[in-house]
Amino acid sequence: MRSLLVLVVVLGLLFWMMSAYNRLIMLKNQVANAWKQIDVQLKRRHDLIPNLVETVKGALSFERETLEAVVQARTRAVSATGVKEVAKAEGELTQALGRLFALTEAYPDLKALGNVSQLQEELTSTENKIAFSRQHYNDVATTYNTVQAQVPTNLMAGLAKASPAELWEIDDPLERGVPKVDISLK
Amino acid sequence: MTGHGNDLFSQQESNRQKSSWLLMSFVFFFAWLGFGGDIVLYLMSNSPEPGSYQHGLPWLGIAATVLASGLAWSAWKFGPQQVLWSTRAMELITPGTPEQSRLVHVVDEMAIAAGMPRPRIWIVPDEDPNAFATGTDPMHASIAVTEGLLARLDRDELQAVIAHELGHIARYDTRLMTIIAAMVGAIALLSDGVGRVLFQSGRMGANMGRVGTRSLGRAAGRRSSGTGTLLPILLVVWLVSLLVAPLLSRLMAMAISRKREFLADATAAQYTRNPGALIRALRKIDDVRTPTLAVGRGAAHLCIIDPSDRRFQRWSGLTGDLLASHPAVEERVRRLEAMGG
Repeated sequence: MRSLLVLVVVLGLLFWMMSAYNRLIMLKNQVANAWKQIDVQLKRRHDLIPNLVETVKGALSFERETLEAVVQARTRAVSATGVKEVAKAEGELTQALGRLFALTEAYPDLKALGNVSQLQEELTSTENKIAFSRQHYNDVATTYNTVQAQVPTNLMAGLAKASPAELWEIDDPLERGVPKVDISLK
Repeated sequence: MTGHGNDLFSQQESNRQKSSWLLMSFVFFFAWLGFGGDIVLYLMSNSPEPGSYQHGLPWLGIAATVLASGLAWSAWKFGPQQVLWSTRAMELITPGTPEQSRLVHVVDEMAIAAGMPRPRIWIVPDEDPNAFATGTDPMHASIAVTEGLLARLDRDELQAVIAHELGHIARYDTRLMTIIAAMVGAIALLSDGVGRVLFQSGRMGANMGRVGTRSLGRAAGRRSSGTGTLLPILLVVWLVSLLVAPLLSRLMAMAISRKREFLADATAAQYTRNPGALIRALRKIDDVRTPTLAVGRGAAHLCIIDPSDRRFQRWSGLTGDLLASHPAVEERVRRLEAMGG
């Protein structure tokens, strides 16, 4: 009778260990996947920028500084490595692009130019995708960090090799909250 | 956001369980209708007179069970297509207009925010603004919006509506609600059909009055042996369940969907971090009073705002709660405002 009780307890414990371990691993993979998703979107933005610059260059020749700032910020962002550095470089690129968008608002002629409005929609969407993939990464990472710190799952954290995931911090206070660029042509 | 993962997980699980439970009770209900009919027939024909019809094999019950299993299987398998087909929605594959490419972008963005694969996008040819989602799981999901919605909402509002629909998909609401849509339709059809058959056989019974009274007389004559009291009770219960089924299934569909609208609103706010846009979108859609004709009663509970006549929406309180498939817009707005809209 007693040995049966011990068996039940041991089996229950094993089952709990297994499910806690699996949950941690699942979350870990989700975090890694969410991080990759940000990468994909950033790459997309890097690919779109030369196109945009090429299209508006003629009309904005007198705003050379703004355009160059965008191109330089892009170069820095492409070569950046590590969470902190990438976040910083991408933040600067977002700001440079924001200034360029402000300019296109100031010169209505630009909108009439070829496929500028189409490119704008593409870039708006890409900016949003970056923001949302970052948000998703932070959501998933927060859940992961919480779960691995909570009692009693924290007992399994060592075995699942779980360590707190770094959140994507936003340096610029203006960008905090909802970092969305909306230049849709209403 | 702390408990979010847990919360979503338990809701998915509860929706999965409810879906299976619903499919099973649907089959059991049909089995009851069938075998109940068999018992009634058996008791009525249970006369010792040689040569008269004796109801032995419960073919009604067998047929009903097989039929219900088939319906349940097809609701599972083809429910989403049926819903989309019934609204005459067309799939958007390559966007043609700026509005359409904006829609594709917005769905892409929200799928990223939700961390799930992008659902298929459909456009319903209807001037009334509305949207719904269907599909059995996030890997096989569809989102449909009307042309009127695309024309009326700005980018942020469209994003909020899409986020709301993705919330339904992520929670497995769409699975449960699509199955309900298919079943409400099947039960309504069955009840109409059987009602017609009973009505006609009633008239036929009047023509063949002599035969009718004789067999009833037989049944009445057997009252002394005990089965006589069982027969009318069974008959009444059986008839009532047949008549009440469509009403009950509609009420159930509504009750199940109302609670989920608040949850999907909250999920939308979590994805967009912009509850204000959803408030504006809900108000805009609600302001258009005309019913969305493309969406039938069966799929009403799938939509972001009740597509039928919106009079019920204006009544809050018990009556409104019972009759509307969606909570009053003002109540939804109030809850969204509390989230910081």
